[in-house]
Amino acid sequence: MTLPERVSAYFDAIRARNGEVNAFVRTYEAEAMAEAESVQRKIDAGTAGPLAGMVMGIKDVISEKGRITSCASGILREFEAVYDATVIERLKAADAVLIGRLNMDEFAMGSSNEHSIYGPTRNPHDLSRVPGGSSGGSAAAVAAGFCDATLGSDTGGSVRQPAGFCGVVGLKPSYGRVSRHGLVAYASSFDSIGPLSRTVEESARILEVIAGEDAHDMTCSRKPVGEYVAATRQSIRGLRIGVPDEYFGEGLDPHIRTRIMDLVARFEADGAVIVPCRLPHSAYAIATYYILATAEASSNLARFDGIRYGHRAAKLPAGDESALLRLYKQSRSEGFGTEVKKRIMLGTYVLSAGYYEAYYGKAQRVRRLIQEDFKRAFSQCDVLISPIAPTTAFPIGEHPDDPVAMYLNDIYTISANLAGICGISVPAGTHPDDGLPIGVQFMADAFREEDLLRAAAHVERIREA
Amino acid sequence: MSVTKDDVAYIANLARLTLADDEIERYRNDMNRILAYMDQLNQVDTSAVEPLTHVYAPETVWRRDEAQPPLSHEDALKNAPDADSDYFRVPKVIE
Repeated sequence: MTLPERVSAYFDAIRARNGEVNAFVRTYEAEAMAEAESVQRKIDAGTAGPLAGMVMGIKDVISEKGRITSCASGILREFEAVYDATVIERLKAADAVLIGRLNMDEFAMGSSNEHSIYGPTRNPHDLSRVPGGSSGGSAAAVAAGFCDATLGSDTGGSVRQPAGFCGVVGLKPSYGRVSRHGLVAYASSFDSIGPLSRTVEESARILEVIAGEDAHDMTCSRKPVGEYVAATRQSIRGLRIGVPDEYFGEGLDPHIRTRIMDLVARFEADGAVIVPCRLPHSAYAIATYYILATAEASSNLARFDGIRYGHRAAKLPAGDESALLRLYKQSRSEGFGTEVKKRIMLGTYVLSAGYYEAYYGKAQRVRRLIQEDFKRAFSQCDVLISPIAPTTAFPIGEHPDDPVAMYLNDIYTISANLAGICGISVPAGTHPDDGLPIGVQFMADAFREEDLLRAAAHVERIREA
Repeated sequence: MSVTKDDVAYIANLARLTLADDEIERYRNDMNRILAYMDQLNQVDTSAVEPLTHVYAPETVWRRDEAQPPLSHEDALKNAPDADSDYFRVPKVIE
């Protein structure tokens, strides 16, 4: 099939099923078809870029010039990006075709994609289930066959957990591997942009294009970009795989545990070296994360004031406060959703006078202990293997009244963001009871994406054998 | 340590949010449950641990001191809820 034929087939699939899945919130068919024809001419002439033929969707939190970038929030409902994010510039320069914008939890805060002004995204494998979050639309679009690959963002697991729930590959690069310029900030010391795709090799190809230094992001590393595609073809013989005790404990579905342990046995039979290891501060990761991430969020989201961009309240309530103060408060209160307000409140609380050291300062110290756990582990092994989540995709509406239960879903993914390391979710079959996808996670030390991809690609070889 | 309704109202003001009475009660409840969960960090001895502020050692990044094209005036005002041809417009602030 030519590229225009493939893009056209994807739009047929979107027309047939996006109504029920609700992954894409806006598509750009005419522009995508024109772009596909232009790239096809380059392919025919032998001048096409490294991602020619890749048809992609973008999470609605990454700026694409001239397109609405709403973050699934009422406060940015009509916000049109005025420049391309660095990752978008690079995808375009590499000849990827960008066909639309993907649903998400508002401002990337959530694990279920239920907190969106566009309504929930549904899991293509079972429409009564969540796709995971916050990049739920990005994962569901790949799983439903709406495009080849997508970009998501991962602050506490938001690429990997939905990839696991939807049975696709999701890669969170190391902090600083990919520029955050043009990504609407949630928690700046955690945020990472990463690809989701059907195969490990596709994610590796995308990473090769989007990774690398950027003058617009001073936290983006100048370390050379690795040969990620080549890494997917390397044998895992001699690769040291750590099995962290704490990731197989209480709360983990027994069938998921069995599936991951079966994979460990297969890796060993195929020549990997299995290393038992400990990450003793794992139990504190969620509390640490929700203190630091909400603190950063409360600061980052202070920019939404109803003045320069975003929603402004049409009518101000009467009151003793100045009109300006009432404008800020009313615009923000109308624009933000419940979960976002809750996190802003929590973040403001943990940063407020009298509580700063008890919460924020304490969490920064525990964050160091968590990072040191990983440094010790990676002195003994190259990658860590674990489940991606304690269960398969849960039913929509399952956790409405229990704020902590929803956060516990991130238990296996959140530490990678605290430590700044990289992680990947790879499909590892389906659950015997509900038939839903099970994901296996690998984590590797910062800037060791090659090890991660080497292990991940082997899961595909095992699946195909 | 338990968050009261007054605490929620105080924090909401700092965060520039207006909450209805039922929201204050909901946030009070949720914040107490979440903060109780966070209190488990007190089990960890961090007396000899420095706060982690960057996940890897930040390096100073230099760039050439060259002017780059800025965002155009038109683009900067494009998303403004209210603007004239040159400026953002705000409600009267001097009473």
